[in-house]
Amino acid sequence: MIRVATYLPLAVAAILAVVFFWALSGDRDPSRVPSPFIDKPAPALDLAALDGGPRLTKAAFAGRVSILNVFASWCLPCLAEHPFLMALAKDGKAQVFGLNYKDKPEDAKAWLAEHGNPFTRIGTDRNGRAGIEWGVYGVPETFLIGPDGRIRHKVVGPITNDQLKQLRRMIGDLGK
Amino acid sequence: MSQSAPPRRALTAKRRRLYLLLAAGLTLAGAAALILNAFQDSLVFFLTPTELKAKAPPRERVIRIGGLVEEGSVRKAEGGLQVRFAITDLTNRVEVTYRGILPDLFREGQGVVAQGQMDADGVFAAKEVLAKHDETYMPKEVADALKKSGQWKPGQKGASGAKDGKAGAP
Amino acid sequence: MIVEAGHFALILAFVFACIQIVVPLIGARRGDDALMDAGRMAALGQFAFILAAFLSLTHAFIVSDFSVAAVAANSHSAKPLLYKISGVWGNHEGSMVLWVLILALFGGAVAGLGNNLPPSLRARVLSVQGMIGAGFLAFILLTSNPFFRVNPAPVDGSGLNPILQDPGLAFHPPFLYLGYVGFSIAFSFAIAALIEGRVDAAWARWVRPWTLAAWCALTLGIALGSWWAYYELGWGGFWFWDPVENASFMPWLAGTALLHSAIVVEKRGALKSWTILLAILTFLLSLMGTFLVRSGVLTSVHAFANDPERGLFILGLLLVATVGGLGLYAMRAPTLKTGGLFAPISREGGLVLNNLLLGTGCATVLIGTLYPLVLDAFGGGKVSVGVPYFTLTFVPLMVPLLVVMGIGPLLAWKRGDLPGVLMRLRAAAMVTGIACLATILLNDGPAFAILGVTLAVWLIMGALTELADRIRLFRGPLSASLSRLIHLPRSAIAMTTAHAAMGITVLGITGSTAWQTERILIMSQGDTTEVAGYALTLEKVAQVPGPNYTAERATLQVAAGGRTITTLYPEKRRFTNPPQITTEAAIRTTLMADLYAVLGDRQEPGAGGQGKAGWTVRIYHNPLVPWIWIGTVIMVLGGLVSLTDRRHRVGAPARAQAPGRPRTA
Repeated sequence: MIRVATYLPLAVAAILAVVFFWALSGDRDPSRVPSPFIDKPAPALDLAALDGGPRLTKAAFAGRVSILNVFASWCLPCLAEHPFLMALAKDGKAQVFGLNYKDKPEDAKAWLAEHGNPFTRIGTDRNGRAGIEWGVYGVPETFLIGPDGRIRHKVVGPITNDQLKQLRRMIGDLGK
Repeated sequence: MSQSAPPRRALTAKRRRLYLLLAAGLTLAGAAALILNAFQDSLVFFLTPTELKAKAPPRERVIRIGGLVEEGSVRKAEGGLQVRFAITDLTNRVEVTYRGILPDLFREGQGVVAQGQMDADGVFAAKEVLAKHDETYMPKEVADALKKSGQWKPGQKGASGAKDGKAGAP
Repeated sequence: MIVEAGHFALILAFVFACIQIVVPLIGARRGDDALMDAGRMAALGQFAFILAAFLSLTHAFIVSDFSVAAVAANSHSAKPLLYKISGVWGNHEGSMVLWVLILALFGGAVAGLGNNLPPSLRARVLSVQGMIGAGFLAFILLTSNPFFRVNPAPVDGSGLNPILQDPGLAFHPPFLYLGYVGFSIAFSFAIAALIEGRVDAAWARWVRPWTLAAWCALTLGIALGSWWAYYELGWGGFWFWDPVENASFMPWLAGTALLHSAIVVEKRGALKSWTILLAILTFLLSLMGTFLVRSGVLTSVHAFANDPERGLFILGLLLVATVGGLGLYAMRAPTLKTGGLFAPISREGGLVLNNLLLGTGCATVLIGTLYPLVLDAFGGGKVSVGVPYFTLTFVPLMVPLLVVMGIGPLLAWKRGDLPGVLMRLRAAAMVTGIACLATILLNDGPAFAILGVTLAVWLIMGALTELADRIRLFRGPLSASLSRLIHLPRSAIAMTTAHAAMGITVLGITGSTAWQTERILIMSQGDTTEVAGYALTLEKVAQVPGPNYTAERATLQVAAGGRTITTLYPEKRRFTNPPQITTEAAIRTTLMADLYAVLGDRQEPGAGGQGKAGWTVRIYHNPLVPWIWIGTVIMVLGGLVSLTDRRHRVGAPARAQAPGRPRTA
């Protein structure tokens, strides 16, 4: 009787372990919120350019594979993923656009001057309105847009090595 | 329980163990009753606006609704503390009224969780509004709710890969 | 360079931890003193290297070396020095280093101070401690390296999170960890005892001071956390039954039960198996708390970074500790000799009841915390278990506990004389009755206030009666009583202090929940409102620049009885980088009550000219709320006094009682 009872705590712990394991499974991972916009046409976009050039609009995505990266100079993870964006820009297979989120233009310019500028054009979104249109939860986020102007993929948080590979593969597929 | 001193020696080991088991049993039974009772009416279910529409919970039931604060929906009643806004999961929406100070992080287009009851007009009267996230965080329930509203089908083969899923037609 | 040295020191510490696992275990099995002593050296070495790693990380934070990722993400050159230092543990990586540092500190203390322990027990304790250390060091090195460099280094850090720059929060984690990790010693002692197959009075006496030290730190940590939530979050509350709070409260409940059951093992040689189980569970609950907070599987108001990979690793560690600990318990516990059965009405009977109620209370908190997760796992929908659940389950269980707390300490060991004890408590009962009547007459709040006050007064009076009995107060010359007081064992004074302090805390909780006044209104310049006898006038709201924010600061004149007594300055601060708004509540405290003001949003006048422009203002009057923290601090002081008791002092030379021989019942 006592012998069996001493196994009771272990049994309870086993059940909890199963629940915890389930709770950790990728399915519940909040950092992987899929965008409701995936495979839908990109939302409206009309932003003043950071360098004062032509405005960044949806029209810019037409006909080519594009990447739209949401970044800010105050965001450290953006710095972490910066080399990957530089690499994607160097590949030349997709145009890389920037969406400068809730940032001061002068800060953003200084940041890009220091770390390099992978972007062909940068829209400024000082109050985060465009970010809301695009369902941006935080910075950084990266959208992959097909030549048809539809959003194909979204990376939440900084791009990692694996995601870079995936992005490259998808850019290759979309470019065909 | 016996309190007189002399017959105590007579208490056998078995009897004493029985007291112990009895006390433990009573405490546990009491606790179980308390828990069941508390679960009966203090559990708060979390619903998305879409689920709210489908389930239509009884009016006296306290529930939580989560989603995004709909863009342009926030209105403050004149001169009062009354705030009116809509919570949306991008498929359905529900009107919410709230009286009090909104949390610092409450913003249009951002995640929010409101706790309260439905009133007679189908408006959700919130007693509590939680907006808890910063620029890189999202309440888990809201994230899940958005997943659902996007009619996300995991495992569907698509350009976006298995992990991130692919949204079907709305 | 220093950073690389720190990294290297961590690796070396891991090596030492591995040595600490194997060598003393073999030594204990063979009875080889040299091998067992090598375990002590390894424990001290592990501590030294982790300390070196911690200091090098602290150095990187102090000099703002932004080439280190953890520094760049969590610090900023403009931070005050205090917050640069607290930034070390204000993030995941650094806090894990602090965690292993404290773990190694406890291990090192057993190695260095545990001269009175039998060598084989000490060796096994150190070995188990080494296992925990090695697990967490591997966790740090593999998934959360604090010394990771970024290239190129950013110009400045991004960690100016204003909410976290606060003295309460700066010291909350270290104390919490001291508590969590301190319970690892109880765990190690329990495992070592199971391996040795022997639990006796001496074992209980050795394990108690370590548990008590951990308990004190955890109590203080929880109190600091709730104090911070009270004045910083601007909700006027102090405890929200949030999963993160529960995560620290469950080990506290189990640890408190353990402190009491260890006394029964020491004095009566009973409850051995249960005490071992409690020691294991207390630490497992601490680990589970870490897991819940770190992995983000539960939704909490205290947002923490969620990282499933790390969560999986901690879950793995938790699993190993659980299977190892509870598995060994299941196999070995039946072999422990049970001794000393006892009468229900006795000191040990009271302590058993204490354990039953604390254990059940802990279980209700556990169920309430995990139920949403379990239900979701089995597809039952998403629920949240709110404050009402805990008031309906946990609170009723604590009522009998508080009643028994007043009586139990007066009962004699083996067999108590309940009528006699009740006679001795008649003065206490009378005071309690008066307090109860007074509350009934004066109470303008809910009825539970009467119960709360009655229980609290009963508890305080019971504790004082016990002390008065011991020193024979009023039954002889006062000087004789005083000299008895001085010569009382410190642990007796400690018990009285801690129990009475609990009464003070209960009073604070009761007062602030039952008699809180809350007023939310829109105030224009010059408006006056009355809250709990105070007249508050909004003089102005001005824009005030801060170092890295701009604040809207309200000036609220507070008058009572026609006289201005103070001015409150609640603020709403807007930070730009990163954009964030925080609320700074203004609190005026007398020791009896807090006046608490929060500034909300600016209200524009409505269209058509009706309504008025102004600011939303929230004012609370919280009676007795300071007593909550005064009580907990006194409770901790009580614990510290007990630690100075000769019999409990860590490292005290072996006393007359021969180790290994249980005092027979």
